[in-house]
Amino acid sequence: MSIEIVAPMPGIVAEVLVDIGDEVSTDQELIFIEAMKMEIPICSTSDGKVKEIKVKEKDKVEADQILIVLG
Amino acid sequence: MWIIGITLITLAIRKKYEPLLLVPIGFGMLIINIPLSDLMKEGHLLWVFYHFTIDRWDILPPLIFIGIGAMTDFGPLIANPKTLLLGAAAQFGVYMTFFGSLLLGFNLHEAASIGIIGGADGPTTIFLTSQLASHLLGATVVAAYSYMALVPIIQPPIMRLLTTKEERKIRMKKLRNVSKLEKVGFPLLATLIICLLVPNAAPLIGMLMVGNLFRECGVVERLSKTAQNELINIVTIFLGLCIGATMPAEVFLKPQTLYIFFLGLVAFCFSTASGLLLAKFMNLFLKDKINPLIGAAGVSAVPMAARVAQTVAMKEDKHNFILMQAMGPNVAGTIGTATAAGLFITMLIK
Repeated sequence: MSIEIVAPMPGIVAEVLVDIGDEVSTDQELIFIEAMKMEIPICSTSDGKVKEIKVKEKDKVEADQILIVLG
Repeated sequence: MWIIGITLITLAIRKKYEPLLLVPIGFGMLIINIPLSDLMKEGHLLWVFYHFTIDRWDILPPLIFIGIGAMTDFGPLIANPKTLLLGAAAQFGVYMTFFGSLLLGFNLHEAASIGIIGGADGPTTIFLTSQLASHLLGATVVAAYSYMALVPIIQPPIMRLLTTKEERKIRMKKLRNVSKLEKVGFPLLATLIICLLVPNAAPLIGMLMVGNLFRECGVVERLSKTAQNELINIVTIFLGLCIGATMPAEVFLKPQTLYIFFLGLVAFCFSTASGLLLAKFMNLFLKDKINPLIGAAGVSAVPMAARVAQTVAMKEDKHNFILMQAMGPNVAGTIGTATAAGLFITMLIK
């Protein structure tokens, strides 16, 4: 079952901390989104393996946009 | 005074405390305290800047507000109008401190200027103080900007003290999308309502809202960009230098300056607390609970106070995002403090 990690708010992708294939655990920081000049860590909601990364650094994202898919 | 000036510049460079203001303010303090330089004598350079742009006509603070309006997205407030109340509650500290200052022997005009520090809004503090108690300008403005820079240090302990772990963990619904019609209508409607109720807030609120109209109407992007960048930058240079120049040693180095710093801090803490407490009170009636931390963002330091709410919330629950929700009271706080300043002017001058 795949789990989608979505952007909680509109912003700009500041940094992607993981690569495809990485094993991640719950609460691990995956990506930084910059909003209101603040870098906010988006953390994993479950354990898993990074299957897909849908954004790259400097991308503008909307709220609820899918950032990473865990498989 | 040289030491204080250089300390402000150092803090700005090293710690990035409000560098855009503290650098020119610190330099203004330094140069005005060099014997025989006379820049503040009638007819001399900084006197001319200060006399015509702040002291006599008070035009710089409203000009800053055009830029702030152009930079502010009122969307989070429009999406969740209840948060307007939180922005208003945070002005409670302003009035508390007003009465506190009266008790300590400041006169009405001085007390209002000290109280307004609690709104944590620099331009509004300048606007009000220069009309009511211009001899306190340096002290109140340096206090206001210092506390704005110290928001991330002052607020979190109060926020943790007044909320429970469960409350800090409250997740809030995502904000709904706000239509363009609402965003364009907001500055027009807000101007009409506030300026009819508190005509003396018109210089600040009017300029704030015209800047916001530039931003949201979509057809004058050039004006919006200029307001956000060139205009506000130029005004900031003159504002900072002039404020620094109002602080010759004989005016600034007095015990009353320390009182002002102390009272300003009290005002700021009360504002934070009253926002938090009103949010908790509102939760007694609301079905969709609000995270009380966003109440603390009712002080108008935009967007620092909202960022602090986010940081404190994330310490309890890494998956809780309240930044955008906190922007609602935060931008409401700007409106609230400007309106409070208008009320003081109405009560004390007219």
